[in-house]
Amino acid sequence: MSEEQSFTLDGRRIPFEDGQTIMTAALAAGVYIPHLCFNRDFAPHGSCRVCLVKVNGRIQAACTTPAAAGQTVQNETGELREIRRGILQMLFVEGNHVCPACEKSGACQLQAVAYYVGMLAPHYTHFYPRRPVDASHPEAMIDFNRCILCELCVRASRDVDGKNVFAVQGRGIRAHLVVNTPSGKLGATDFSIHDKAAQVCPTGAILIKHRGYEIPIGQRLYDRKPISVVGDVATLAESKGGRRHD
Amino acid sequence: MAESDPLTQMIDEIVQHHGGMPTRLLQVLRDVQDHLTWLSPETLDRVAEALDISPVKVRSVAEFYSFLYTAPRGSYDILFSDNITDRMLGNRELLHYLCDRLGVGIGETRADGVVTVGTTSCTGMCDQGPAALVNGYALTRLDPSRLDRIVELVSHQTPLAEWPREFFEVVSNIRHADILLGRHFADGSALRAVLKRGPEAILDEMVQSGLRGQGGAGFRSAAKWISCRSAPGEVKYVVCNADEGEPGTFKDRVLMQDFADLVFEGMTLCGRVIGARQGFVYLRGEYRYLLDSLRATLQRRHEAGLLGEAILGDPTFSFDIDIHLGAGAYVCGEESALIESLEGKHGVPRIRPPFPTTHGYLNKPTVVNNVETFASAAKIAVEGGAWFASRGTAESKGTKLLSLSGDCDRPGIYEYPFGVTVRRVLEDCGASDAQGIQMAGPAGHMISARLFDRRICFEDLATGGSFMVFNHRRDILDGVRNFAHFFVHESCGFCTPCRVGTSLLRDLVTKVHAGHGTRYDLEEMRKLGRIMQVACHCGLGQTAPNPVLDSLDQFPEDWERRLRATTFEPAFDLDAALEQARQLTGRSDPGAYLREEELMLGAMP
Repeated sequence: MSEEQSFTLDGRRIPFEDGQTIMTAALAAGVYIPHLCFNRDFAPHGSCRVCLVKVNGRIQAACTTPAAAGQTVQNETGELREIRRGILQMLFVEGNHVCPACEKSGACQLQAVAYYVGMLAPHYTHFYPRRPVDASHPEAMIDFNRCILCELCVRASRDVDGKNVFAVQGRGIRAHLVVNTPSGKLGATDFSIHDKAAQVCPTGAILIKHRGYEIPIGQRLYDRKPISVVGDVATLAESKGGRRHD
Repeated sequence: MAESDPLTQMIDEIVQHHGGMPTRLLQVLRDVQDHLTWLSPETLDRVAEALDISPVKVRSVAEFYSFLYTAPRGSYDILFSDNITDRMLGNRELLHYLCDRLGVGIGETRADGVVTVGTTSCTGMCDQGPAALVNGYALTRLDPSRLDRIVELVSHQTPLAEWPREFFEVVSNIRHADILLGRHFADGSALRAVLKRGPEAILDEMVQSGLRGQGGAGFRSAAKWISCRSAPGEVKYVVCNADEGEPGTFKDRVLMQDFADLVFEGMTLCGRVIGARQGFVYLRGEYRYLLDSLRATLQRRHEAGLLGEAILGDPTFSFDIDIHLGAGAYVCGEESALIESLEGKHGVPRIRPPFPTTHGYLNKPTVVNNVETFASAAKIAVEGGAWFASRGTAESKGTKLLSLSGDCDRPGIYEYPFGVTVRRVLEDCGASDAQGIQMAGPAGHMISARLFDRRICFEDLATGGSFMVFNHRRDILDGVRNFAHFFVHESCGFCTPCRVGTSLLRDLVTKVHAGHGTRYDLEEMRKLGRIMQVACHCGLGQTAPNPVLDSLDQFPEDWERRLRATTFEPAFDLDAALEQARQLTGRSDPGAYLREEELMLGAMP
């Protein structure tokens, strides 16, 4: 490519290469677009809808929309913030997210994105679904109450680990994460805490056992700086308060 | 497992019948379930083994489709169509009557395993309801005497094949015909035209005709065909979308029943134009009763040299058509979800772009068109684009089939040139007392009487064909609530705003409908609806709030007269929460209730 291609995002010029989406190009340029189901190590999924931006006047998901020369993209607007906040409010009532009692609090991408879009308290009526906790695995536990159906663990286990440990089943509001064994228990799989699938959860749904509350409240990843500055917990090394095992 | 195991043997036979192809998974599961009434974990594992695919994939498919059961089900599986038009015809009373007589709860299987009675989304028999399905076959014009007979048949465990044939009679009710339904079509004439004049000439006619997608989206059909024809690749596909799931529409059912040749001819024509050798009809599960006659028509076309190898004697013209049956999933009407389902997966809409014309079935270039679109295309190939374009409006050429139901004297199929007014349609069908109509189904728009002079065309009121009439005795909010439940049931669950938003909206509608809502709840519905319209992944979620938003604008008084005087009312009902305690303590005295006025509200119908 002789000439550099670019689009504008909130008035700023963002260069991009062929094959990049608005999300990947923005991230490469150091611009944060809030997201949950997107992880740069995986093909975009487009399901959480948090990364909605306005492309030439039309609202689209930044993670699935190919970057194109001359596009005018809006990201930080009052309208988009309100839509994103609405989506976060939906996620918080769909499952059972009790932040004060959650080990992931302070280093949780769901919580950090909620703060980022201005959601400070629950809004809609809680569904209070009954979802059991699976502590059958010796090194990890799954709290299905906190699952937001981003399918990152599904994708990681299938595409990176080659284990196919997780899947989403059921339709509509009954869609739920399952463990791919006859018993449905994680302990019956070959899941390991060194798997990619153990590192990608943006919430506290998949937790490593025996190391709860290692980092005191107040010193956790998002306690001092917002996610737009710090980045995603799943993409940061453990030494930086993240989940990636190097 | 041992070779002699009858379950394995049966599954192997079915899998073999389907060529061992994983793309046939949904068809395999349907056939296996026909033998067993439900799909046990063991059955699903055997199917996975036989098709050599992962068990979790098989289970995902089994759990996605409404007509596949992963829990035991009765030998007679009776599902009442629960569209608002069925409700207008008294289906709820009939449902309760049948359940009482059979001694079974709604949605439950009787303890002896003989019968299950439940409800399902609109079965496309709105002009001859109340309707139901028994083991997937359509029952029409139900009334108490028919239900009495059904109770007897079930009690004696009479095989379905021996049930009275009139129970299953489906009539076409064509009330108003124009160029599509009213003119004779000679089988093979469109194929002769393309052989004589060449694909480019036919495409020119298509462009000139201005034909647009008759499913309702209105994309220019010629543009789809041209894009697919020019897409790189040797293997291409033609797909006919006969997954007519929009409540209130049944025109594709009539086309498949009375004009199947015309539809197949349009598909074959498309195959020749774009360079495809294989076509699929994706027929909604509710139209299973059509399967035998459609297969017979395909066979006849083979014998007549209109299908198969060397069509009309031309060795370069080969095309075949296969029919896939859906299994109760409205979302599969969305073309990329339909393709996923056709590939044997659960029907979640794909990320677009790329579009099916370049990356469709098995990632090959694919044209997906509606039943009516293919029928129109066949006519255009014979009669010419100018002929078709002489009818209709500037942006909407030709004619449109409307499915009329609800409060009118003559429900059925009405074909009009595009541009006809709502008022004209209402006059023709004998709807003299209409307070409003639901145009294009729940995903479409609610139209009140002051808008009856609007015209049906893409420039004004676009529609796939559903047209449900509400007279002045109807409660508009009954319709809105019915549609809100429909979308909860049909959301695929992939994206957040649809998966969660449809449930939130249903709860808010129910709250106001029951007389517990306030102005705040109406504002909440508007906000939520606006988010869903722009944020959802596909058309299903984007249109799901339409009935709520439209009725708030068009019928505000119907909402407002139900509101409580307060500005805020919690969703949590404190008095109702005490019910369990009242039951445990055996108390029913006034002191056990929170407030007298709460009691009165609870007693309201």
